[in-house]
Amino acid sequence: MSAQAQPNSFRTGPDERGHFGTFGGRFVAETLMPNILELEKAYEEARDDPSFHADMASYSTHYIGRPSPLYFAERMTEHLREVSTASGLSGGAKIYFKREELNHTGAHKVNNVLGQILLARRMGKKRIIAETGAGQHGVATATLCARFGLECIVYMGAVDVERQKPNVFRMNMLGAKVVPVQSGTKTLKDAMNEALRDWVTNVADTFYCIGTVAGPHPYPAMVRDFQCVIGTETREQMMQAEGRLPDSLVACIGGGSNAIGLFHPFLDDKDVEIYGVEAAGHGLSNLHAASLSGGRPGVLHGNRTYLLMNQDGQIADAHSISAGLDYPGIGPEHAWLHEMGRVHYISATDDEALAAFQLCSRLEGILPALEPAHALAKVIELAPQKPKDHLMVVNISGRGDKDLFQIAEHLGNQIV
Amino acid sequence: MAGLVPAIHAFNHGKDVDARDKCGHDDGGSASETEQVSPHLSPMLKTQPMTQRIEARFEKCRADGRAALVTYVMAGDPDPETSLEILRSLPKAGADIVEFGLPFTDPMADGPAIQAAGLRALKVGQDTVKTLGLIRRFRAEDSDTPVILMGYFNPIYVYGVDRFLVDAKEAGVDGLIVVDLPPEEDDELCLPALKAGLAFIRLATPTTDDKRLPAVLSNTAGFVYYVSITGITGAATPDFGKVATAVERIKRHTPLPVVVGFGVKSGAHAAAVAQGADGVVVGSALIDALKNTLDDQDRATVGTVEAVTKLVKELSDGVRSVAKRAAA
Repeated sequence: MSAQAQPNSFRTGPDERGHFGTFGGRFVAETLMPNILELEKAYEEARDDPSFHADMASYSTHYIGRPSPLYFAERMTEHLREVSTASGLSGGAKIYFKREELNHTGAHKVNNVLGQILLARRMGKKRIIAETGAGQHGVATATLCARFGLECIVYMGAVDVERQKPNVFRMNMLGAKVVPVQSGTKTLKDAMNEALRDWVTNVADTFYCIGTVAGPHPYPAMVRDFQCVIGTETREQMMQAEGRLPDSLVACIGGGSNAIGLFHPFLDDKDVEIYGVEAAGHGLSNLHAASLSGGRPGVLHGNRTYLLMNQDGQIADAHSISAGLDYPGIGPEHAWLHEMGRVHYISATDDEALAAFQLCSRLEGILPALEPAHALAKVIELAPQKPKDHLMVVNISGRGDKDLFQIAEHLGNQIV
Repeated sequence: MAGLVPAIHAFNHGKDVDARDKCGHDDGGSASETEQVSPHLSPMLKTQPMTQRIEARFEKCRADGRAALVTYVMAGDPDPETSLEILRSLPKAGADIVEFGLPFTDPMADGPAIQAAGLRALKVGQDTVKTLGLIRRFRAEDSDTPVILMGYFNPIYVYGVDRFLVDAKEAGVDGLIVVDLPPEEDDELCLPALKAGLAFIRLATPTTDDKRLPAVLSNTAGFVYYVSITGITGAATPDFGKVATAVERIKRHTPLPVVVGFGVKSGAHAAAVAQGADGVVVGSALIDALKNTLDDQDRATVGTVEAVTKLVKELSDGVRSVAKRAAA
């Protein structure tokens, strides 16, 4: 897959300038640089401070409800074994769900927001801004701002405001101000532009709580560190359940924070296969949001990474049924892992995700969000090809309640 | 106030960015350095060392005892030919240096006016190749007015940095302002640009403290662009008293001219900024003037070019109303 030299470890990045190979960096306006350097210093201090970790652990347990369970998805496993048998393979991996959808606020996003809000408190910042796509990061940010009495402004593309109404209402109830962004394509990338414009304007008192492993250094590394609790718990839980590590990991990727959180603690376990699932939208030859499969390296939102764009470097419209994956870029560490060949990046279409959503709901009694439904769509493909003793973990990164109106519309139903 | 003569003197002998060496000037460039760049240059440009046009223009303004007027319009807005006509009319209306915006879909440091201008240009098919083409045509008729290309890094990165620098230089570009390239990313474009004989003009901002200023000024050339507010283009009007203090602070660190932009909308604003700065930059106000003349399909009308030049004349009068002392 790649001719590049393999490093001794995949877990040491980024370098001091925020680079994962050639990806990452700090491509921001000068106005923001002092803030970004201040943030980097504050984060490094917090990372070395046991009291910060003690606070994180305490709120994780009592407020978020961690650890999230690692659940044996027995009926999904049985179903896919039948599929395997029907195709003459008589295999079918044993499937585990990492239940991030059971976290307070219903998604993995809160792990990162807790870390950043505790950091903002240390830094004395009283005004928090965030961008959001599906609204899960916005809800998590609004929640922790309410908990700690901080002002919260969430930028959300006007198109996303329309398709994620329940989350907009949740944010309002939590006291946050949701600003619909009318510029550009009115989705996540434009929300991020607008949040950056706010930050440039209000640098002195404002903390920008980025929701994924993108943006200028130190965000990709910091957000990853806060999300690594997912993979760290999974290691321990799988050792307890099966006495060994899993054989494969599967997670969906928009910016890629739930995926890197699950993957990172396993990157140096070379026998663990890792699959990242991008959103193929209407298919890779049509409108989609699969930056690695359909994009190439460029610079946007503070970092160099794979982007969907035209020949002139103009950012292209992304499309996914899932607002949380509807972004024309991907975190720089994923871009690097892709080029190194350590993680297999594949994609699932809107239709495949919808089918997986329905299957998971019926078989397991769990309504996954449309984002992890993309990961499940590939589990449905991969698991029947694996032997029965293959342990496969899929990250159920969020719950599907927020998507019900949209799913109903796609399936031709009406919710009264 | 520090004058411009020492600035130019110090610049030409700065060890990091000695333009004359690089471009084959006869004061000591080595043959190999000369050959590195010269093959790509047109015959005319071989006699134009890096930033010479910029230096000459500031020198002329200083001789006139006034600040320079720097104007920004977007390439291809509302269509390529109109934007070229505007560009050509700017020096006649009183602009000393022209900035041409390179359109980008995601201009994260720009306000609504410039965002919309970029999208208008992209809608009619403007791109980097065509933008350089317009500059080439401008340069064919005007060999003196410095042209600064201003935008974001991605279109340049995708074009290919080396190829871009050759083509930009050949088209007649004198300097680059790339908003999302702070000193931390100098390897990307700043250093290659200096090597290729293009000025990389840095933005200094109210958040750039004394500790950071030397890094911001280290590889900059041509002039320093002081962003008068913490914010996006075309938004707040700055406190002009604070701006003057900030300019003085920057001038303690650099011999380069310091120009001020963001929030300058009228002749009176321009005059206020001209008190303390070596130049005044106006962008969003010109784009607003342009936009107000467009029809409901965003097409130019008979009044489009004149609406821009009329405001430029007012700004020029504002700049010229402030007499400045000659160099100390």
